[in-house]
Amino acid sequence: MAKKILLISRHAPYGTSTAKEALDALLAASVYDQDLGVLFMDDGVFQLLAMQDSAAIEQKNIAAILPVLPLYDVENIYVHWESMQQRGITTTELVLNAAQVIDSDAVSCLLAQQDQLLSF
Amino acid sequence: MSTLHTVNKSPFTHNTLASCIAICVEADGILLLEDGVFGAMKTTPCAFHLSDLIRQGTKVYALEDDVKARGLLEKLLPGVLLTNYTRFVQLSIEHRCVQSWY
Amino acid sequence: MKFALAIYSAPYSSQAGESAYHFALALLAQGHELYRVFFYQDGVYHATELAAPPQDETNIHARWQALAQQHQVDIVVCIAAALRRGILNKEEAERYTKPSSNLAPGFTIGGLGQLLDAAVIADRLITFGS
Repeated sequence: MAKKILLISRHAPYGTSTAKEALDALLAASVYDQDLGVLFMDDGVFQLLAMQDSAAIEQKNIAAILPVLPLYDVENIYVHWESMQQRGITTTELVLNAAQVIDSDAVSCLLAQQDQLLSF
Repeated sequence: MSTLHTVNKSPFTHNTLASCIAICVEADGILLLEDGVFGAMKTTPCAFHLSDLIRQGTKVYALEDDVKARGLLEKLLPGVLLTNYTRFVQLSIEHRCVQSWY
Repeated sequence: MKFALAIYSAPYSSQAGESAYHFALALLAQGHELYRVFFYQDGVYHATELAAPPQDETNIHARWQALAQQHQVDIVVCIAAALRRGILNKEEAERYTKPSSNLAPGFTIGGLGQLLDAAVIADRLITFGS
């Protein structure tokens, strides 16, 4: 039986490798036929800003990678509402229409449903 | 199903513990280790909310080796439970998942 | 119970790897199984053969090798993270025409699939990062 596995991505893109390496792990995990989801919270919500242009810093553009998630069958994509609010990000600024914006109570419920957490 | 949250960052420099507290529920546990044990002090910005969680029944643990290393034994918030790696392993089994906040 | 550990930070610059090691010792002492330790991101630096810490400091690299040997633990280094950071086994060193390899004995190189496999097979997966 497939396990419910949630990858939690809490770091901003580019300043450290954590956000990118979390995405790499998520994409690798997507081929394993498990019940996979991803939650962006804290500075992780910055990964979803649509207007990223990382060419000058010579790093792969995270906003260009995220839209492939549904193509990899990663459809359970969650973004923490309070993290967005604290950072002044609105839903219209997100690169992923498929992302479900959920509040802290819903995050607590989401964690309680999982079999494993991949913490990034 | 409950979650064991591990926090290893000081609340004086990171909002990691505050973020953890915001989504922690009564049945969950919090284990402070490494620099996260500074979060067990009476004087942290999170002390009020952490005390609230403890009053509600959430167990908050601090790894004793890390507390002692940092000279914090006399400075801890009442209700924080000193613990060791043996108990850390048991806690990871008692809770369904472990979320590492770093 | 079957455990897996994921270590994402480098030895010496962070305490996380040491916390993972003490957790590993404790779970083995309680009779549990350690299915895999997966080193990713800067955690791959645990697998360098070239570390030479002072004699009065803990040899973090050697400890993992000894633990793996004593308890038959699979200690795996993520190939993508390792290549980026210059941790190479003989095959990869030849493939990339590097002057030498430096993967410490006892460690193996694997893909990110090994992390997911560990998450699926193990009852508990604990992450140590910084």
